[in-house]
Amino acid sequence: MRTCLSDAVAPSVWKASRRVLERCGVDVKVPRSQTCCSQPAWTAGHPDQARAVARHTLKVFAGTEEVVVPSGSCAGMVVHAYPEMFAGRPEEEAARDLAARTIELTQFLAKHDLDPGRGSRGPVTMHDSCHMLRVMHESESPREALAKAGCEVREMQHTDRCCGFGGIFSITFPELSARLGEEKARAAIEAGAREVVSCDLGCLMHITGVAHRQGIPLRARHVAEVLDP
Amino acid sequence: MSTRRRRADGGVAYLDVQGTLRERTVDALRDRTLRGNLDTAAASWGEGREGMRRDHGLDEMRERAREIRQSNIRNLPALLAEMQANVRDAGGTVVRAADGAEACRYITGLAKARGVKVVAKSKSMATEEIKLNEALDDAGIEVVETDLGEWILQLANEHPSHIIAPAVHLNREQVAALFREEAGTDDVPDDREGLVAHARVRLREKFAAAGIGVSGVNLGVASTGTICVVENEGNARLVTSQPRIHVAVMGMERVVADWDEAAHILQVLPMAAIGQDAANYVNLITGPRREGEADGPEEFHLVIIDGGRGALRGTEFEEALACIRCGACLYSCPMWRSVGGQAYGSPYSGPIGAVITPLLEGPSSPASRDLPFMSSLCGACGEACPVGIPLQDLLVRARARASSPATRKSGIAFRAWSRLWRRPATYRAWMAGWRLMLRARGRNGWVTELPGPGAGWTEVRDMPARWPPRR
Repeated sequence: MRTCLSDAVAPSVWKASRRVLERCGVDVKVPRSQTCCSQPAWTAGHPDQARAVARHTLKVFAGTEEVVVPSGSCAGMVVHAYPEMFAGRPEEEAARDLAARTIELTQFLAKHDLDPGRGSRGPVTMHDSCHMLRVMHESESPREALAKAGCEVREMQHTDRCCGFGGIFSITFPELSARLGEEKARAAIEAGAREVVSCDLGCLMHITGVAHRQGIPLRARHVAEVLDP
Repeated sequence: MSTRRRRADGGVAYLDVQGTLRERTVDALRDRTLRGNLDTAAASWGEGREGMRRDHGLDEMRERAREIRQSNIRNLPALLAEMQANVRDAGGTVVRAADGAEACRYITGLAKARGVKVVAKSKSMATEEIKLNEALDDAGIEVVETDLGEWILQLANEHPSHIIAPAVHLNREQVAALFREEAGTDDVPDDREGLVAHARVRLREKFAAAGIGVSGVNLGVASTGTICVVENEGNARLVTSQPRIHVAVMGMERVVADWDEAAHILQVLPMAAIGQDAANYVNLITGPRREGEADGPEEFHLVIIDGGRGALRGTEFEEALACIRCGACLYSCPMWRSVGGQAYGSPYSGPIGAVITPLLEGPSSPASRDLPFMSSLCGACGEACPVGIPLQDLLVRARARASSPATRKSGIAFRAWSRLWRRPATYRAWMAGWRLMLRARGRNGWVTELPGPGAGWTEVRDMPARWPPRR
């Protein structure tokens, strides 16, 4: 799954993800007809509009094996919200089936003990995205992947704290969102890293966008891009 | 700072708050002292709570607490009937109030009938919800808050900012200034012990004068008709025993079946709330003073409030009724920690407040309909909740239920979005257009002004026009 944010802002992220998987010998297909997991509408409080888009996603990924997503948030949407979204509807079984097959990129690498080889050396700091951490319940797999790739990670304070992105929240409460983003960017710098890495592009766009506006010298890359320099 | 106002419509949120929710967050963000005070409090809570998880197995206790509360809510009508019968058997009076206004009418009526001029209160969010202080004030009855935090707020004329620690947004110096003003003298110490000693002296004078003591209820135990009032200061013990009449105000969902369940919840509550394995005082009260007893009030009245709770049973929001009002989700919430509870404009702030305030008020209430949107859905609340309420899921459901000009506008936008994004061809065309726009607007790799809904993004941050972004 490419994810809509990658399509919109950083196609390099899904392309890097594909290369990382292929280097591990995984047979990767990236369905051209895919669109979005529908999370924007779901969290904005429009479940009917979300369902219409999610239905398309169910169709696109029907009959595939594992669905690997370079985003803890989009993966979490499919794994956690799809069963609720389609509960009591004809697509319920398909939704549960897709949820059971969906996994985040670094989780997939860890699960199958895959090693994509050397990546960037760093040093970087790792931001745990909330959905990776509290929906996918994962904080180890990205660190493990970075360590295997030979990338030095310097942990920042409160790495489990929200960066304030929150999708629709980032534009409905921009000031509050930016304050948390600024704190995150400063914590990253204090950790002695010039670059923040995460499994979620949304967080990175936000943190780096705030940092740039505030003149904080912080770079950002998706974990797939660090694994595929 | 706010002037308290009464609500005639039985709503929960405060009507005297200024500006929109977003404007209030901006004001709060400017207040550096507030932020420092909240950080200190949240950090100390976090440490205590870690200890509870490490040494007392709070995480394991959570599953049983969840089961207990789920079963309580399923059996609520039967438990309430049992509770009611047992309180009456113990010589107490039980009143079921459909809403806050009815509850306030009963309590002010009781005060007038008994010729009571002064009411002493211990901390109770239920009375804050029903605006009891305002109702008593309107009836010409003096109200004295005896919880230290609540008394501070009474002096400051402010609303509580936290369910358990109402004045947590103020620091020692700010409190000392309030005490000096109230006492009319500069002769008030500003160390912690000195401040508490000062408050103790001032408040003790008030207990003697009070004809009615009003308390909240942490838990009602159906099997014996006992109410549990948990506290750290001893003031609730005085409020419930010194005045001639004790009125306990309880939300209808706060009942457990028996003492097995009560014992478990009473353990979990202080662990989650303050990161301690026990509260200083746990008051267990069954009816008024009995024949031959030396202490206790002559009359005991239990006021049980529905206030919109009953209607939540059997809905997708039912789990919210399991809440034991520990305030853990507040401390854990990055939003609450950034702006404090007062910005929410409701006695119930933080994630649980953002869910239940609009549920109790109705989906289109201007005072609370925006609250569910003030969350990044980070899920820290659900993780902190000691009874396992999936708060982030409830926030999403509450958003779907909200109705306002903003939700109607976003509904129209998302209908268009949905039509475009469910078809690959229109999705790809949209994406191509978007990327062209980014490139056209980009300067040195960054877009500083986005059109349409994107304007909210670039108000405070830039958008990378290429990825990885330039520094």
